[in-house]
Amino acid sequence: MIDWGAIFSNAAVELISPTTAAYALAALGLAVHFGYTGLLNFGQAGFMALGAYGYAISILTFGFPVWGAVLVGIGASVVFALILGIPTLRLRADYLAIVTIAAAEIVRLLFTTNSFASVTGSANGLSGYKLGFAALNPIPEGTYGFGPFENNAYDWWLRIVAWTAVVLIALFTWQVMRSPWGRVIKGIREDEDAVRALGKNVYAYKMQSLILGGVYGTLAGMIFALPRAVVPSNYQTSLTFFIYAILLLGGAATILGPIIGSMIFWVLLSFFSGFIARAVEAGWLPFMTNIQAGQLRFILVGVAIMLIVIFRPQGIFGNKKELAFVH
Amino acid sequence: MSTNTVPTGKPVKSVDLHIGAAEPGCKKRDPILVAEGVSRTFGGLKAVDVDHLEIPRGAITALIGPNGAGKTTLFNLLTGFDKPDTGSWTFEGKSLSGMPAYRVARMGQIRTFQLTKALSLLTVMDNMKLGAKGQIGENLFRALLPFLWRKQEEENEAKALDLLTRFKLDEKKDDYAASLSGGQRKLLEMARALMSDPTLVMLDEPMAGVNPALTQSLLDHILNLKAEGMTVLFVEHDMQMVRHIADWVVVMAEGRVVAEGDPHEVMKNQAVIDAYLGQHHDEDLGADTEHVEAIKELLDDNL
Ligand SMILES: Nc1ncnc2c1ncn2[C@@H]1O[C@H](COP(=O)(O)OP(=O)(O)OP(=O)(O)O)[C@@H](O)[C@H]1O
Ligand SMILES: [Mg+2]
Repeated sequence: MIDWGAIFSNAAVELISPTTAAYALAALGLAVHFGYTGLLNFGQAGFMALGAYGYAISILTFGFPVWGAVLVGIGASVVFALILGIPTLRLRADYLAIVTIAAAEIVRLLFTTNSFASVTGSANGLSGYKLGFAALNPIPEGTYGFGPFENNAYDWWLRIVAWTAVVLIALFTWQVMRSPWGRVIKGIREDEDAVRALGKNVYAYKMQSLILGGVYGTLAGMIFALPRAVVPSNYQTSLTFFIYAILLLGGAATILGPIIGSMIFWVLLSFFSGFIARAVEAGWLPFMTNIQAGQLRFILVGVAIMLIVIFRPQGIFGNKKELAFVH
Repeated sequence: MSTNTVPTGKPVKSVDLHIGAAEPGCKKRDPILVAEGVSRTFGGLKAVDVDHLEIPRGAITALIGPNGAGKTTLFNLLTGFDKPDTGSWTFEGKSLSGMPAYRVARMGQIRTFQLTKALSLLTVMDNMKLGAKGQIGENLFRALLPFLWRKQEEENEAKALDLLTRFKLDEKKDDYAASLSGGQRKLLEMARALMSDPTLVMLDEPMAGVNPALTQSLLDHILNLKAEGMTVLFVEHDMQMVRHIADWVVVMAEGRVVAEGDPHEVMKNQAVIDAYLGQHHDEDLGADTEHVEAIKELLDDNL
């Protein structure tokens, strides 16, 4: 028989997992880019890779402290945003889309190639960079929590840091988007020439937006790297598309949307993978191998997201009234 | 921004704006904008080819001409939205050539667009507030500290409300701009442009698509701008309106300025008649006044 309790409990684990926080943060970055400014950044995976590698390499190769490694990651993504933005942000929106998708792939291939294996670990990636972060943990050894939310001290420390980052960045975003700065940003999304005609330096605002959302992606990449190893194949273009799916699920120009969207995405993914694995075991899906079943969860998540988007096209937190004018 | 009164009767015309004969490129007593040798080609087509043009300060100048004459292209060039092949121009004595659009706007030369650019998913009030200049909270770091900009924000809101009331949009202030009618969007765009207290307002067909019941009040708004000391340059096809409010008329055809003058005189000019009727119009139209009548009809009905 299927153990529904285990399936639900494993799914509940994802609710506050650091990976969920990382995706939420990356999706918040895309909310700044796409939802608020109208920038089509298809290279969020590249920003995340720079965060993960920037952090890991700074510690492993250069022996930096945690804060130094974080700053290196942020610095790398600012430079990356400038490289992407300077030639494209004056042009039509689609140029940024093309350049970001290509640049993110270049970043991933540079981390994969054997030429820099001593620093990047090439396809095997990097590990062993967590000691510095663990050393900062003020929580005494032991296990805390209950049910699906029972973790050891390190895992709690990671969750607390990850979700604190999400909350702080969400509050930051909320504040700047309701300020005159955010008004210019939203105006650019609607019609950048109109905003230019009102005396705003549109190019500079678009650049600020690209950097800001990119830095969110970089911080997300660091959080994403802390519960696992840094492996280049994690940072493929499909990662960017999952994050877009989360963004549209939650609502593109919202603050809570990316966060709740990430939770829903990961809980559903875990639920379906648990369900399928046990259904195969129980012989419910005799026509499927285990490998096929592993792929099935993405199909089911895709269907679930499609249903949500069909019945709530503005996303869970999006404004229905807004959408009435889009079409 | 002080008067709320609607000018009644005949508007007060500014006279004696030019020096010498009223011919294309003639000098003005007090020009606010001076363009020299401005040209722009698209492929083989010379869209704009203006030898010399001066816009008089403190007056309402109409820029007219048949479709495709290059009026919008000239607007785009003068406001930094397009780059000319040749030429230079000054605004209040300062060179604007090559200056990006946003800096042109900051200098007080504000334009509107022929195809209205309302920011659809912003509220009417946010559209207005975006127009205000020198906002403290438009800096990313200061945006984090509302106490720095809240007072300015309230002032801008009061000013916006005053303008919206004048343009009869105050009841719409919390609606998305997308919900406005075409004419209301034109009004919003004009009101938004006024948020920055410009010195020169350039309106590209402000009356197009505006309900006839509203055009009178729109004309009054434009006259008000002059009364408040602003200079207005506007593109318009409706000759009745041009005659009613313009102090000076510049006629363009095929990219060139073909005539300039007083709104009542300029339409009698042979070059204007040619421009509107084409080169091969019937030579035997009769007396000069009949020419003018014919053009008037043509302009009023067809354009
Ligand atoms: N971006 C462009 N690319 C190619 N040709 C253009 C472009 N913009 C304008 N033109 C051409 O330049 C000429 C002048 O166009 P413009 O829009 O300035 O005319 P206009 O006087 O504003 O006309 P209307 O009264 O119809 O608005 C036209 O022949 C037009 O086809
Ligand atoms: Mg035009």
